Amino acid sequence: MSLLDYFRISKVGTASVAKERLQILVAHERSSKNQPSYLPQLQKELLAVIQKYVNVGQDAISVSFEQDEEQETLELNIVLPDQK
Amino acid sequence: MARIIVVTSGKGGVGKTTTSAAIAMGLAKRGHKTAVIDFDVGLRNLDLIMGCERRVVYDFVNVINEEATLNQALIRDKNCNLLYILPASQTRDKDALSQEGVGRVLDELKKDFKYIVCDSPAGIEKGAHLAMYFADDAFVVTNPEVSSVRDSDRMLGLLASKSRRAEQNEEPINEFLLLTRYSPDRVKLGEMLSVDDVQDILSLHLLGVIPESKSVLNASNSGTPVILDEKSDAGQAYADIVARYLGEDRPHRFIEDKKGFFRKLFGG
Repeated sequence: MSLLDYFRISKVGTASVAKERLQILVAHERSSKNQPSYLPQLQKELLAVIQKYVNVGQDAISVSFEQDEEQETLELNIVLPDQK
Repeated sequence: MARIIVVTSGKGGVGKTTTSAAIAMGLAKRGHKTAVIDFDVGLRNLDLIMGCERRVVYDFVNVINEEATLNQALIRDKNCNLLYILPASQTRDKDALSQEGVGRVLDELKKDFKYIVCDSPAGIEKGAHLAMYFADDAFVVTNPEVSSVRDSDRMLGLLASKSRRAEQNEEPINEFLLLTRYSPDRVKLGEMLSVDDVQDILSLHLLGVIPESKSVLNASNSGTPVILDEKSDAGQAYADIVARYLGEDRPHRFIEDKKGFFRKLFGG
């Protein structure tokens, strides 16, 4: 760090960006780490079944798995298109 | 009771072997009989860092395969007679290490040694898995940099689920953070993740911070663990880490930018 650096002290460092990116990523990876390995396949097959009856897109369905000391919860969320 | 320490990180090039060499030497210098094992089969390097590369006759895989006894393979360190090195094999057979074989060698070492330091290879393959499997304590070596922090978090997950202690429902492995290649001046400028940033993400007990230091390359050039360079900042940082691990209360150093006003003003 030299005299010149004092003139660009207002420049925001990249460390805060790094921290923010890491916090999001690590939280995501920790939550998906405990998920059963069949989850992506289950999601794919469920989507195929629903698409047979309703015209929904790829992201209309989300499957999430949560675990606490008492129980394991499989949450299935399907967004149906607006009826016109 | 002997303790097995794994030095691990997930990511390569963060300072695992430098750290293994330094803390093994530090523990031995403090009077504890210590063995340090290179688990990086195929890419042996601990011998170079310890300066005993020309004295390797037998290696870890020879002992596992019962082609040599443990005493034949262990190399006594030239600087400290309480420190022994068990070098990795240069074989390209990635199945050379077996869980049963590693367990057997560690059991034998435990009879004679106080501390057994396992220098893990990078990655999460077999060598890395076996290096941490039998551990009592884990030193997680991390650089203040995104990919290293992410990989460390991944390793923490594996330590908590795939180790012997986890599988047998014993007390979990004690995990410690060693933040290496730290530049306080860059942290001050907001260019580098700070100790607090990394701890916010990994929530680990901080054993110490090793500053980015020329002495580390000098030490590896000459094949002497950096902890023996007692005048250097990195050497002192490792000495602090060994003392803290042994239960001493030492204030953290090398976290603040200590350069004087004039050096800052004129650079350098």
